[in-house]
Amino acid sequence: MAETLISVPPRARRGEIVEIKTLISHPMETGYRRSQLGARIPRDIIRLFVCTYNGAEVFRAALHPAIAANPFITFSTVATETGTLTFHWTGDNGFSVKETAEIRVE
Amino acid sequence: MLRLAAALGALGLAVSALAAEIPSAERRSGYDFMSRETRAMQDDDTANPAMLWVLEGGALWNRKTGAAGRACADCHGDARASMKGVAARHPAFDAGRGRPVSLEQRINACRVERQQAPALAYESRELLALTAFVARQSRGLPIDVAVDARTQPFLDAGRALWERRQGQLNLACRQCHDENWGHRLAGSVIPQAHPTGYPLYRLEWQALGSLQRRFRNCLIGVRSEPYEYGDPALVDLELYLKWRARGMLMDAPAVRP
Repeated sequence: MAETLISVPPRARRGEIVEIKTLISHPMETGYRRSQLGARIPRDIIRLFVCTYNGAEVFRAALHPAIAANPFITFSTVATETGTLTFHWTGDNGFSVKETAEIRVE
Repeated sequence: MLRLAAALGALGLAVSALAAEIPSAERRSGYDFMSRETRAMQDDDTANPAMLWVLEGGALWNRKTGAAGRACADCHGDARASMKGVAARHPAFDAGRGRPVSLEQRINACRVERQQAPALAYESRELLALTAFVARQSRGLPIDVAVDARTQPFLDAGRALWERRQGQLNLACRQCHDENWGHRLAGSVIPQAHPTGYPLYRLEWQALGSLQRRFRNCLIGVRSEPYEYGDPALVDLELYLKWRARGMLMDAPAVRP
């Protein structure tokens, strides 16, 4: 299972812009490289990252072969209500990792 | 052209500069040569990709393995206390082998002898993860390898390797890292080569790597036949570099360009 590191402020004021940082371990193999014997190394990348906030999508990113290994994605959202942020990475070879984080809005 | 001239000049001057050890006030870790962005990446544990390996190492620390069915934690307990400063003291003398061993070798010795599990391959994800997890517990502590009658011969051997010209380019480690640090080689700043942050995440590797991987990179760079991982010569060189960086603060697991 891929390791993930997620940073969400545990509490925020209503209407505050909060910064969210995510890091996931993944080789992001481009599909353009060849092995020492000349065989093509098949592509293995994360294709899509989606973040939902209490079920509503707040951020989405499509990833491509030029993105480095262990993608670090950071973005911001407005703290509207106490609840759960869900992070979902999907990609080649059935890659699918889901993580959640709680945020408390006062 | 200036750079080339400087490099050629260094080759000619090398003989006269034998005693050119960097004074302690001028010692700088690789961190000090990095861009603001790369420093920020290392300083923030949620942006530092090496922390992914530390996380994995923490899980391995608590997992029972081998015929003995024991986890690292069963003997060593909480790594935050038991592993504090351990990475800063390695390579350390091992009485059984009669020579200093690297942190990776120490972890593998524990696996084989106490857990009765097969040794982990050098640069395998598991060994890097455990090493990073252990090294993390020394962050902020001064490097302090023990030099005594038992380790002195190995320290001397490491220093000799550091000062020996080798490879088709006929370069010694010292010529770049003692005598030309701060200058540029192919657009990159030559650092002083203080091993404060290993194992570290190198952006060029897009992965975590050990100090010995770094050594092998440099050896290939001077067109020399690199030693195998775990070779006693590389451990001696580790010991010499740790001694050379004595008192500097550990920042493992670091990020480097």
